[in-house]
Amino acid sequence: MDFSADITAFFLTLKLALIATLILLLIGTPIAWWLAHTRWRYRFVVEAMIALPLVLPPTVLGFYLLLLLGASGPLAMLGGGTLAFTFTGLVIGSVIYSMPFVIQPLQDAFQAAGNRPLEVAATLGASPLDRFLTVALPLARPGFITAAVLGFAHTIGEFGVVLMIGGNIPGRTQVLSIAIYDHVESLDYASAHLLSGALVILSFVLLVTVYASNRRFRVLKL
Amino acid sequence: MTLSVRFSIDRNAFRLAVDLALPTTGITAIFGPSGSGKTTLLRAIAGLERIPDASIRFDDAIWQDSTQFVPVHERRIGYVFQEPSLFAHLSVAQNIAYGLQRTSTAERRIALEQAIDLLGIHHLLPRFSATLSGGEQQRVAIARTLAASPRLLLMDEPLSSLDQKRKLEILPYLESLHRELALPVLYVSHATDEVARLADSLVILRNGEILGHGPIQQMLTRLDLPLSHRSDAETLLNATVSTAKSQFGMMQVSTEGHDFWVTAENLAPGTDVRLRISALDVSLTLVHQGGTSIQNIFPVTVSELIAETEAQVMVKILLGDSPLLARVTRKSVEELGITPGKNLFAQIKGVAVLA
Repeated sequence: MDFSADITAFFLTLKLALIATLILLLIGTPIAWWLAHTRWRYRFVVEAMIALPLVLPPTVLGFYLLLLLGASGPLAMLGGGTLAFTFTGLVIGSVIYSMPFVIQPLQDAFQAAGNRPLEVAATLGASPLDRFLTVALPLARPGFITAAVLGFAHTIGEFGVVLMIGGNIPGRTQVLSIAIYDHVESLDYASAHLLSGALVILSFVLLVTVYASNRRFRVLKL
Repeated sequence: MTLSVRFSIDRNAFRLAVDLALPTTGITAIFGPSGSGKTTLLRAIAGLERIPDASIRFDDAIWQDSTQFVPVHERRIGYVFQEPSLFAHLSVAQNIAYGLQRTSTAERRIALEQAIDLLGIHHLLPRFSATLSGGEQQRVAIARTLAASPRLLLMDEPLSSLDQKRKLEILPYLESLHRELALPVLYVSHATDEVARLADSLVILRNGEILGHGPIQQMLTRLDLPLSHRSDAETLLNATVSTAKSQFGMMQVSTEGHDFWVTAENLAPGTDVRLRISALDVSLTLVHQGGTSIQNIFPVTVSELIAETEAQVMVKILLGDSPLLARVTRKSVEELGITPGKNLFAQIKGVAVLA
């Protein structure tokens, strides 16, 4: 048997999940921060928009993304070229698809920490950026760990969106979940077992690491 | 040094109008029942609350007026909140260092060691806040505030989240803080015992309105203010320990040229103490009575009096220049002919010493 396609799919998936998670943490942190602190009365509209991927079938999301990113989509018209069936397209799709899984834990963590520690820091002479970096971020650390893990794991597991906008191009857009689907379709259960098993072990190791480190954090606090 | 504050807000059912110029020496207590606007006033002074059209100045610095608003972190105020609010992710030592690290060397007036010693928290330094008791946490929070060398210390009922035992544990630290650091303090409270022990002057707030402000002795005894009509109305006298040693477990302290016998532990002569005298413990007689168990009898002059109920009258008397309160019956007032200007003797049955 030739595993090279599977190995490629494995690393492509990891790369996709890593990049998507990093982007999500970068753009999710300010959004979560804003949601946690704004007193804007229509905040819930933004919250609902971010939560949409939780309830929409991934194929719906993928369909619209395909229209948006495709050769005749608005992006291409503006000279952006087509992003459908590219790795970049996958990253964009993953970011949108996994967004609630990153933003919600961050927002919860910022809200749980509350305003008081920030006020204390301000009275002790810390500027807004200083307070954010030295108080808000460390206090939200468990939220960041949860957000990163959920975002990463959720991206690894995505299927519908990828299929719609990425297709199934080995080496470029073929991720693990699709490779497994392919193997099952062609009745190659041995390969499907191998990939599925690897995914189960990877996910388990990931979660164990996170729970262990989160517990250590709590122990440290006591 | 002066702190001047002027603003008014009208939020739903809450109204607060302030126009104050406070000399900022010693401890000024902002005193009033819950919901009277004390915390809002303190937060506005700190800059934690941004009230439109407010004018706030401290010394020669303008903190807020129509054209500018100095953010909290540039005001160099210290703020002790009701709950200790330590940073949970930092150790006690790191908590205390937080403000210090953000204070330029030129502005450091209170040494880290001094703040730690004053609050007696040396043994807590390596620990994290979750393992400390409420009282310990609040002491750390106060030390953290002091270590940043604030120019003005704002305390928002720092003892109210603590039980009586913890309160008594912290009060001495607050008193020493007052004595050892030349730091103006605004102290929000609705507890008379804390105010009596700590405050030099008083701002009386009720329903969003300032009823009066001035030295605490005056505020406690002004008959046009509500404090003199509380069931626990009282007076404070500043006195100095005069005898070297006690007799019968009592010692003498002097104020206004008179010696009081008080029950107190041995205090060194020359120690400044505060005497607390309840209006119910002062009775009035026309002549100096002999053969009484009451040790403290002094000549006084009636300053003013006001009927509180049909039966009760509050009489303000002067011992030298110091005002005292005596709650007596209207019947006695009639029979003794108590009127302003009359000279009488005050028999003071109970004197509490606040060292």
